[in-house]
Amino acid sequence: MFSTQKHSGEVSSRDVERALGTPAGSYSPQKLLALISPAAEDYLEKMAQLARQLTLQRFGRTVRLYAPLYLSNYCVNGCAYCGFNKDHQFPRIRLTIDKALAEADIIAKEGFRDLLLVSSEDRQFVSVDYLCELASKLRPKFSSLSVEIYQMTTEEYAKLFAAGIEGVTLYQETYDRETYRKYHHSGPKADYDYRLSAPDSIAHAGMREIGIGVLLGLFDWRLETLALGEHAHYLMKRYWKSRVSFSFPRLRPAKNVDRTQFAFLSDKNLVQMIVALRLCFADAGLVLSTRESAALRDHLIEIGITKVSAGSRTSPGGYSQPRNAVEQFEIDDTRSPAEVAEMIKAHGLEPVWKDWDSAFVKD
Amino acid sequence: MDKLVIAGREFNSRLLVGTGKFASCEIMAEALEKSGAEIVTVALRRVDIENENDDTLRAIDVKKYLLLPNTSGARNAEEAVRLSKLARAATGINWVKLEVTPDPYYLLPDPIETLKAAEILVKDGFIVLPYINADPVLSRRLQDIGTAAVMPLGSPIGSNQGLKTRAALEIIIEQANVPVIVDAGLGLPSHAAEAMEMGADAVLINTAIATANEPGRMATAFKLAVEAGRIAYKAGVAASGRRANASSPLTGFLRDNK
Repeated sequence: MFSTQKHSGEVSSRDVERALGTPAGSYSPQKLLALISPAAEDYLEKMAQLARQLTLQRFGRTVRLYAPLYLSNYCVNGCAYCGFNKDHQFPRIRLTIDKALAEADIIAKEGFRDLLLVSSEDRQFVSVDYLCELASKLRPKFSSLSVEIYQMTTEEYAKLFAAGIEGVTLYQETYDRETYRKYHHSGPKADYDYRLSAPDSIAHAGMREIGIGVLLGLFDWRLETLALGEHAHYLMKRYWKSRVSFSFPRLRPAKNVDRTQFAFLSDKNLVQMIVALRLCFADAGLVLSTRESAALRDHLIEIGITKVSAGSRTSPGGYSQPRNAVEQFEIDDTRSPAEVAEMIKAHGLEPVWKDWDSAFVKD
Repeated sequence: MDKLVIAGREFNSRLLVGTGKFASCEIMAEALEKSGAEIVTVALRRVDIENENDDTLRAIDVKKYLLLPNTSGARNAEEAVRLSKLARAATGINWVKLEVTPDPYYLLPDPIETLKAAEILVKDGFIVLPYINADPVLSRRLQDIGTAAVMPLGSPIGSNQGLKTRAALEIIIEQANVPVIVDAGLGLPSHAAEAMEMGADAVLINTAIATANEPGRMATAFKLAVEAGRIAYKAGVAASGRRANASSPLTGFLRDNK
């Protein structure tokens, strides 16, 4: 990996200007280092304008919409920052296939065609067979299915792909080994190297979309962004048929989570990270969830974000019985999908509900 | 302007328009109208082809436009063929703009899978318009199979770089027995005019119109540019052709000395 010896603090404004002089959307670690440096903060408006221009050119006047469907919050991992941590005591919920389908019906009625299936590490219940069966039943209603679940093997991912699931999102959470160890106390997820190999397995299985990201707030965001850039570049070079997208989960207060032990990231930092990645990766999807506030999301779709969730419930069964269960994190943007779509239109952009067709995958 | 003929069907416009990247269906509909286009391509991944109430589809008047489904997003021949058949079954339209683009970043077409898919689709009765790199030999191979046109790119899709493949396009146009439609990368009306002046039979524009500040006016600009380029081509561009012209005086003495 790229050496971070020359820390971003040593970047000069000349380095930033040089980076901004390179073709928009092209990547080098030196460029990304310059764009995320403190020196680049003075160039944030210019960077945002360039990012907006590039996003407009590559993605058009559109923003994609998706919804998460939480399947289970039973978990075998003890991640210190997560509301679903196995050591937390709260009534856990698993959705049967029928219950999951009922939730999906509510989501579909709101207009969504792009569904993200989410589960904590509950292999016993949310098994590969469960996911394949669910996917086959969801396919008539949704044009795009993806998962954000525990790590699987290439063979398991291939089964999901064959069942009509075309994307996998899986965050390294942090690229810093020591920090990783600190927050992942127990369970299969405690193995840093195994976690790091996940995107390779996902790509080998033929998945079209590979979502990567870090949980912002665990470690120095500048170093995390550099690592993300290198990881994405590696994946893009090696697996040229899969599209890499970045998500920006910023640590949010959650029930049972000690708020004092995290380094929360400022809005300005988040904006700089988003525009820096856009200026290095012209065609990468940039995804933002409802963890962020309505006001911030409204601005960010103007400067590089290409896909947002809306009306999300982050507990299993949350769509049919809102506010009944412990959520993985607290939602900030609580607007309905229709309201978010209206907001997108008000920005002169088209809310895109469907940008895929399950017919690509199978008959 | 002379008519464009593809697979025996006549069109008055030589500008084809794509429907992606617009801010709304209303803006798209206005741009289509202003462009004068008669062939409008739609990404099957973006629409519900089986649903006649789909917003995008409803905004395209099929009495006015030939709806040309495209397989954008297909990574291999199998996917492109499956998608084409789905579209035909749903709409009865047997035209397809064949796109096989396994690289999700530059969306460059895969020549091998495109050829494979074209072969299957032509045999199955489709009118196939394949999106290809500006490769003269591939272009001939596709015509041998029976595609109704070839659609070489000017530069990577959405890049607005213009005719970066000019030298290869010239050969394709020179050798073609079917219409040559320059498909991607045309960012300015002048790029479109340039392609038409070279002898391209038509051009396809999407990003440059959809992402302009005023898509409707930009559509008009492209319409005029395409017409100007075509008329110039037919008028005989006083060009720096690669072949000697009759205007050369070098052998005039033979007549003079008669």
